Amino acid sequence: MIEGLPALYIFMLSAFTGYEVISRVPVILHTPLMSGSNFIHGIVVVGAMIVMGNAEGALELSIGFIAVAMAAGNAVGGYVATVRMLEMFHTSKPAQESAKGAK
Amino acid sequence: MSLLIEAVYFIAAAVFIIGLKQMSSPVTAHRGIVWAGIAMVVASVATFGAPQITLDIGSINLQLMLVAIIVGSAVAYVSAKRVAMTDMPQMIAMYNGMGGGAAAAIAAVELVKLSAGAESHGLTVQVLAVLGAVIGAVSFSGSAIAFAKLQGIMKKTLRLPLHQVINIGLFAAVCVFGYLVATGHPVSFDHVIIFFVLAIVLGVMVTLPIGGADMPVVISLFNALTGLAVAFEGFVLNNAAMIIAGTVVGSSGTLLTQLMAKAMNRPISNVLFSSFGSDGGAAAEEDIEGSMKEIQATDAAIMMAYGQKVIIVPGYGMAVAQAQHKLKELEDLLEARGVDVKYAIHPVAGRMPGHMNVLLAEAGVDYDKILDLDEINPEFPTADVALVIGANDVVNPVARSNPDSPIYGMPILDADRAQNTIVIKRGKGAGFSGIENHLFYADNTQMLYGDGQKAVAELIAGVKTL
Repeated sequence: MIEGLPALYIFMLSAFTGYEVISRVPVILHTPLMSGSNFIHGIVVVGAMIVMGNAEGALELSIGFIAVAMAAGNAVGGYVATVRMLEMFHTSKPAQESAKGAK
Repeated sequence: MSLLIEAVYFIAAAVFIIGLKQMSSPVTAHRGIVWAGIAMVVASVATFGAPQITLDIGSINLQLMLVAIIVGSAVAYVSAKRVAMTDMPQMIAMYNGMGGGAAAAIAAVELVKLSAGAESHGLTVQVLAVLGAVIGAVSFSGSAIAFAKLQGIMKKTLRLPLHQVINIGLFAAVCVFGYLVATGHPVSFDHVIIFFVLAIVLGVMVTLPIGGADMPVVISLFNALTGLAVAFEGFVLNNAAMIIAGTVVGSSGTLLTQLMAKAMNRPISNVLFSSFGSDGGAAAEEDIEGSMKEIQATDAAIMMAYGQKVIIVPGYGMAVAQAQHKLKELEDLLEARGVDVKYAIHPVAGRMPGHMNVLLAEAGVDYDKILDLDEINPEFPTADVALVIGANDVVNPVARSNPDSPIYGMPILDADRAQNTIVIKRGKGAGFSGIENHLFYADNTQMLYGDGQKAVAELIAGVKTL
């Protein structure tokens, strides 16, 4: 069980970590990075699954269903969008260099 | 078993942080997202065996869960694969809204359970559930509005009379019902319903008056908020992976939001609580010297082809017109003639920081040629032609000269300092901010009217005939 001060410590240290990790990012990567962090909070799918697993009755089951579906959408959509963006950076560079070499 | 699951969550959280770190460099970015993706899959699969839930094979919970995962994933996968790069910002808004909605829904189930007489885990847990619920619900409905606006479903920025007063009232009402729900013992089911409806309406009302130009900041803010909501629900569910990943996204998202707001010279409070133009009446009325001069594509092509150096300044108009591939073609033609071609990117050009970089990369532009504001501004005076395509406010010199202007002090690209400036523009209207652009009236500026893609195609044809 995480509660009380340890919970606060986790919260504080994670907050500083997030701040540090991002602080030196080139502008060129801002959109993919926002998309990437958007994917990472897709971890909410884990929570949605736990809640769904414990749901009782039609109302709880329906809300749980919505939670899981949306969380899965967050994770999958965030991942695919980020990869698509990053792949363009990934592939454009060598293509450019070979094009230059050909000239 | 329980320890193994906990270990998986712990490792997943660590990998998320490492992945995020790798995503902050172009060289390792791709690896970073793939690692994070693997961690996500492992954490999700492990959750089937989590000690908090006991799932019988064939139970309705498990069946519905699997259906939900498949439906949610499939819809998101197909939409993310199909969407054009230009429309990425609103898709990010949508996926982000889904995450916020999921966090709010988790809280909803917990609170409904409490209202049905389940045992409370204490005041702290109840308060955190409510906080996560508000933030998640606001992020959900706000992102939905942001999506609708960027997608063009909702064109006008709606401002009710006394909009801010209504919002403050709504916020107060959310606080009251949040308090009732958080301290309820037992929780009233009706209060929970009213609380969620109010929170969702609040998200809509906060986002409605915000103009398109401010959307990147807003989406980034909602992204950070969703992270926070996920972290709070992580506390409620006692899940370390959610707490750590959510908080990391919350803080990094806040920083990203600040960076964007700073680049636009707009404090976040301004973005949220006042709309562009509402305080800029004075600037719009002043006299502008000079007049707009039209140029033909063939003349513009000659100017560029016989120049030494051309700087291209793309904006959202380029994205709308999908002109990036034509620009690349133009660049290749000019370079073949020995012209030095560079791209100048304003930090907030397009709908998100880096949006233009993504589009140009898609077209195959070498990213050494894509320069930031600080790098390129000293080069404008030596450029023969600055070609502005679909950009407006980010090249408006009033940001330097007129203290009364709402965009005064915003760093701009000095396109007006080039020898000649050619502006490709669809019509004569003002930019997103509604502010007249003095650049268009300057002596060395000439306007090339037309759709971005068509205009660049004409330029290409012009250069080819030379």
